[in-house]
Amino acid sequence: MKLLKLVPDDTNIKFLKWRVPFYVVSLLLMAASWALVFTNGLNYGVDFAGGQEIRATFVGEETAPVPEVRQTLTAIEGVGDPVVQRFGEPNEISIRVKLPPEAEGDKEFADRLTREITAALRDDHPQVRIDGVDSVSGKVSGEFRETALYALLAAMIAISIYIWVRFEWQFGVGAMFALVHDVSLTLGMFALFQLEFSLQIIAAILAIIGYSLNDTIVVYDRIRENLKKFRKMPIPELLDLSVNETLARTVMTSLTLLIALLPLLLFGPASLFGLVAAITLGIFVGTYSSVYMAAPILIWLGVDSDSFVPQESEADVQDRKARGQA
Amino acid sequence: MLEFPRWKKIWLWAITLAVMLAAVPSLLSTTSIRWPDALPSPTVNLGLDLAGGSHILLEAEASQVRAQRLENMEEAVRNAMRSAEPRIRIGDVSTADGQLSFMLDDSGDIDRARELLTPLMNGQGLTREWELTLVDTSRVVLSPTQDGLEQAVTDAMDSATEVVRKRIDELGTREPTIIRQGDTRIVVQVPGLQDPDQLKELLGQTAKLEFKMVDETALPSDVEQGIAPPGSQIFPYAAGSAQEGLSVAVRRLGGIRGDSLIGAQQSFDPQTNEPVVTIQFDQQGGQRFAQLSTQNVGKLFAIILDGEVLSTPSFNEPILGGSAQISGSFTVDSANALAISLRSGALPVDLAVVEERTVGPDLGADSIRSGLLAMAIGSIAVIGLMVATYGRFGIYATAALVINVIMILGIMAVMNTTLTLPGIAGFVLTVGAAVDANVLINERIREERKRGRRVIAAVENGYREASRAIYDANVTNFIAGVLLFLFGSGPIRGFAVVLIIGLFTSVFTAVTLTRLWVAGWLRKARPSELYV
Repeated sequence: MKLLKLVPDDTNIKFLKWRVPFYVVSLLLMAASWALVFTNGLNYGVDFAGGQEIRATFVGEETAPVPEVRQTLTAIEGVGDPVVQRFGEPNEISIRVKLPPEAEGDKEFADRLTREITAALRDDHPQVRIDGVDSVSGKVSGEFRETALYALLAAMIAISIYIWVRFEWQFGVGAMFALVHDVSLTLGMFALFQLEFSLQIIAAILAIIGYSLNDTIVVYDRIRENLKKFRKMPIPELLDLSVNETLARTVMTSLTLLIALLPLLLFGPASLFGLVAAITLGIFVGTYSSVYMAAPILIWLGVDSDSFVPQESEADVQDRKARGQA
Repeated sequence: MLEFPRWKKIWLWAITLAVMLAAVPSLLSTTSIRWPDALPSPTVNLGLDLAGGSHILLEAEASQVRAQRLENMEEAVRNAMRSAEPRIRIGDVSTADGQLSFMLDDSGDIDRARELLTPLMNGQGLTREWELTLVDTSRVVLSPTQDGLEQAVTDAMDSATEVVRKRIDELGTREPTIIRQGDTRIVVQVPGLQDPDQLKELLGQTAKLEFKMVDETALPSDVEQGIAPPGSQIFPYAAGSAQEGLSVAVRRLGGIRGDSLIGAQQSFDPQTNEPVVTIQFDQQGGQRFAQLSTQNVGKLFAIILDGEVLSTPSFNEPILGGSAQISGSFTVDSANALAISLRSGALPVDLAVVEERTVGPDLGADSIRSGLLAMAIGSIAVIGLMVATYGRFGIYATAALVINVIMILGIMAVMNTTLTLPGIAGFVLTVGAAVDANVLINERIREERKRGRRVIAAVENGYREASRAIYDANVTNFIAGVLLFLFGSGPIRGFAVVLIIGLFTSVFTAVTLTRLWVAGWLRKARPSELYV
C-alpha cells in the first residue's frame, strides 16, 4: 500500500534566510493592525457595545422586507442607525441596534428598546416569528469588554511563564512575541473588514492562542533536542533543521484542522460563522508565526548550545576547587 | 514502553468503556430507542441556544437597599422616641449623606435615647449594623456600618431570589434555573420559553401594595402643581387607569401595607363583571383593614401599587371579612399577573433586566442539525486523510478519535455540563486537534525508521520523543481553556468545557490507547517493516 506523503522526505528549505525581511513585514503588519484598531476601531457587537441583536423570520413571505423594516425602526427613539441584514434564508433577517453612548448608564434602556422593536415588528407583520433576541445593557457590556481584555492578557502571560519554566527565558519571550503577533493580526483583520467583534471572537482568539502555541512548542521542543544533539552546529542552521524536521507534522496538523473547520464554515449554523472564521484565519496566522516569528527571534535573543546544559552552581564550583586543591 | 501487563490492559479498557457507556443515554435521546429507566441515565444538557429558551440577567441597585434601610430606621427611631415614657421630643430628622441625624430638644435625654436606640442598632447575631455618634451634646447621628450594609444587601438579594423563584413557578414553566450571581444579580434561565415578555413583566413588578386614605381636603389645583397639604403626599395614577395622567394626594400615615397578605386571586367584580384581584389578609392585617374601613365609611381610599395609584374607590361599608377587592382597569391577564406577584410577595428591591438572550426552539433545532452535519463531514474528511497518510497507524488514530468524541460526551454527561452552540465548534476543533498527537507520533516514527532504527525501537522512540511536546502543548492549551472558562459567560463556557475535557480525553485516547493497540499488533505480527 502506497501512503500519501504531503511533505517530501528530507526537505531543506532555508526558512531563516529571509528572516529579516519577514520580520520587517510582520512588524509592519502588526503596527498597521494596531493603527487600524485605533483609527477604524473594532465593530463591537451587542456583547461589547450594548444594545440588541434580534433575528426574525417572516413566515409565509418569500423575502424579508428589509427597507421597510429599517424604515419602521428608525421611527423608534434611541434606535439610531440600525443594521438590518438578511441572515440565512431570504425571509430571515437580523437587526442590530447599538446602544447610544448616553444610554450607557441607563440599565433598563436596552430592555425597553427590545420591547419596542419587537412590538413594532409584530404590529406591521403579524406573521413575523422572533427567532432570537440578544439584549445587553451598557453596564454589562462594559464588564464584558473589561473581562475579555484581562482574559487575553492573562492567557498570554500565563502561557509565556509556563514556556519560560519548561524551556529557557528566550523561548518564553519568543512564544509571547508570537502570541502578540497572532492576536494583533487577528484584531487588525477585524478592524479592517469591520467584522462583528463579539464574545465568540474572544473565544476564537483564545483557541488560536492555544493552537498557535501547539505549533510553537513542537518546533521549540525540536530545537531543544537538536541543541543538545548538535553542539557545534551554527544556530541559524540548527533552527532551519528543526523547522524542516517538523514541517511534515506542521502541514498535516494545519490541514486536518482546516478540513474539520471548512464544513462548519460552509454548512454550519450561521450564528457560528464569526467564531469559525476567526479560528480558520488564526490557523494560518498561527502556523506562520510559529515558523517565522517564534524561531528566528531565538537567534537575536542569544540562544546557544549551552542553553540546555545544566549550569554549574556556585557550590559545585567551590566543591571542585576544594577537591582540586586537596 | 510497549510493555502492557494484563492488569493495566484491563484497567485501561474498563475506563474507556465506562466513560463511553455514560454517553449512551445522551446519544439515544435523539432517537426513539428508550434507555431502561432502572439504569442511571446521565445526559448532556442542551444549552438554551440549542434547546431554545430565555436567559435573563436581573440586577438590583444596592443604593435602593440603603435608602430603604434609612427609611425604616427613621420610622423605628420616631416610634421609639414617641413611645418612650415620658416622650422624648426630637427636632427635624435628616437623612442626608446616607446617615440619619436628629436633634434632641433636651440634651438631658441623651442617656435615655441611647438606651432606646441600642436594640435598634444591632442586627441578627452579633453584627453591629449602626454606629451612634453624638455631635455638640444634642445632635444624634446614626451611621450604617459597612458590615451592616453588606448584610442588608445580601438579605435583600436572598429574598428577592426567593420571590423571583415563586413568581416563575407560578408561570408553570419547565425546569427554570434561578441563581444568584455576584452581589446584586440574579440569573434566570427558562428552557423552552420563547417569548419572555410575560416573564419580564412579572419580574419587573415590585408588587408593593399600599392602601392609603385620599386627602379630600387637598385642592385639585394644588395637586395638579404637585403641592401636597401637610401630612400628605402626591401619587400619580397608573398608566392605563381611567384617570391616567392625573395625580392624587393621600395621607402619609394611617394606611395599610400589603405585606400581610395570605392570598390573591384573579376574579370578576360581581356588579361590573370587570376583572379584579381579590386579596386575603392575615389575621392582624384583616383587623387593621376592618378598623380602617370602619373609621372611614363613605370616604375615598387609594390602592397604590409600586408608587402608582390603581384606583380610588370608597369604603361603602366596614369590610370585616379580612378580604378586599382591588379594581383598576385590569385585563384578565394583567389581573392574573398582579395576583401572582402579590401572592409571591413584594420584591425587596427593584430588578432591572440588564441582559437577555432568547433563542426560539426552531432556530436551536436548525443549529443542532447543521452543526452535526458539519461535524460528520469534517470527521469523515479527517479520517480519510489520516488513513491515506498513515495507513494502519491512521486507522488506530481514527479509532482513537471516535472513542475520544464519545468519551467527551460521556464525561460531559457525568459532570452534567451543558452543550452549547459554541460547544459544537469546540467539538469540531477537538476533532481537528486531537489527531495532532497521532500526527506527531507517526511523523516521529517515520523519522526514526529513516534513521535506520529497528521497528520496535522506532515505535518506542516515536512515542517517547513525541510525548514531551504533546504534554507541553496540552498544558498551555489547558491554561487558555481555563481562562476561557473563568471569564466566559454562558455559551462561551460551553466552548471552554469541551476544549478542556477534550484535552484530557485526546491525550488518553491518542497516546495511551493507540500505544496499547500498536503494542498488541507488534507483539502478534512481529513486522519487519512499518508502513507509516
